[in-house]
Amino acid sequence: MILAGLDVFANSLDFIVDRRELLLEKTWEHVELSIAALLLSILIAVPIGVVLGHLHRGSFLAVNLANIGRALPTLVVIAVGFTIFGIGYTNVIVALVILGVPPILTNAYVAVDEVDRDAVEAARGMGMTPLQVLLRVEVPLALPLLFAGIRTAAVFIVATATIAAIAGGGGLGDILVNQAAYRVEGLVAAALCVSALALAADGLLGLVQRWVTPAGLKQQISTFEPDVRPVV
Amino acid sequence: MAEPVLPDFGEASDCVAENRFFCTDWVRENWDPVLQPALVQHIYLTAIAVGVGFVISLGAALLAHRLRYVERPVAIVAAVIYTIPSLALFQLLVPVTGLTVTTVEIALVGYTVLILFRNTLAGLRSVPAEVLEAARGMGLTRNQTLLRVELPLAVPAIIAGLRIAVVSTIALATVAAFVVSKGLGGPILGALRLDFRTEIIAAGALAVGLAIVADGLLVLLQRAVTPWATARTAT
Repeated sequence: MILAGLDVFANSLDFIVDRRELLLEKTWEHVELSIAALLLSILIAVPIGVVLGHLHRGSFLAVNLANIGRALPTLVVIAVGFTIFGIGYTNVIVALVILGVPPILTNAYVAVDEVDRDAVEAARGMGMTPLQVLLRVEVPLALPLLFAGIRTAAVFIVATATIAAIAGGGGLGDILVNQAAYRVEGLVAAALCVSALALAADGLLGLVQRWVTPAGLKQQISTFEPDVRPVV
Repeated sequence: MAEPVLPDFGEASDCVAENRFFCTDWVRENWDPVLQPALVQHIYLTAIAVGVGFVISLGAALLAHRLRYVERPVAIVAAVIYTIPSLALFQLLVPVTGLTVTTVEIALVGYTVLILFRNTLAGLRSVPAEVLEAARGMGLTRNQTLLRVELPLAVPAIIAGLRIAVVSTIALATVAAFVVSKGLGGPILGALRLDFRTEIIAAGALAVGLAIVADGLLVLLQRAVTPWATARTAT
């Protein structure tokens, strides 16, 4: 059985070589869909999280949102979205954004809320306006944690986009849910591509996270510790 | 593969025939044949995954607690598994273990390890130095300290990890339906293919409800096994 498994893996490598154009096209679709959903999630979640954190309000909502997000099965969100919007792009984007917002919002809130109060006091004492305090002190200090949330959401969205194929999302999931057309080796090849994509998104955003971190906070981030994010 | 999901349209109510959002009569008729078995299977899938994952993680955490260099490799492997999308991991395992529950369980177990390992280890390490000092002063051996001091004090962190693991495994187990027709994902996927709303909403609500109930039960368990924690917050 294991030998037969090895055979399939060898065939899937052939599939990757022979059908590279299909795989590249589907990977690109996957990337486009994920980036669109991630940008929308950031646009919605970051301002809300940052403002709530700045005001130190709404902790209950902000913190529990991540837990609610974890309890919502992606398949359920996509399926229920399907009953409302039918098959297609709208449903898929809405589902991905619903699942992408919680980790970003919660992290943005916690990041700003937990900025050292002394630093904020000092900035105020220097005569900074509340807006200056927010933009020049709180946001820079919050960036590492804020990016951790974006990183979490990115991996989450790449993974969810796979399942979204059943509701017309396109991308590599099109291959993964269609064994009739692509056979096992096609499925394994697509699975390898999706896994590589998820690991790449995680690694890349980890680098960005490192890059945006103020020098004084550098040692706080570890490279191999993803947040305890939802798995898809 | 999918179970028969649509009732015979000849006998179905108008609600079902028109595919309205939620038909209580369908849920009542199909609770016994469809929803209840799926719910029970879902609980089994989750319980086995978290149970096996817990044993593996506890072992690894105890080892890493004693031998520091074990931590990094375990954490890296667990983090890589955790990053692979579930549908992809299922499909990567299918050539080896086939379209079986084993395939699903291996993947689900893999996802719980990162959460449980990290929380357990953090719990073991959070024991204050003066407590360990006191234990040594009382003449406890290393193993006695572990069993009577460190593990009991790590229980809140371990249960916090279990809560996350259980809730995310319940959510994740719905994806198992792509591989085996077990759990609440089965009716959801079947109904999705047939565009039948009631079944999607009923099975989806059961999955979310199950996660909430399981989380609540673990909170109660935590209170029961660590009475000192509640006593402290109460005062």
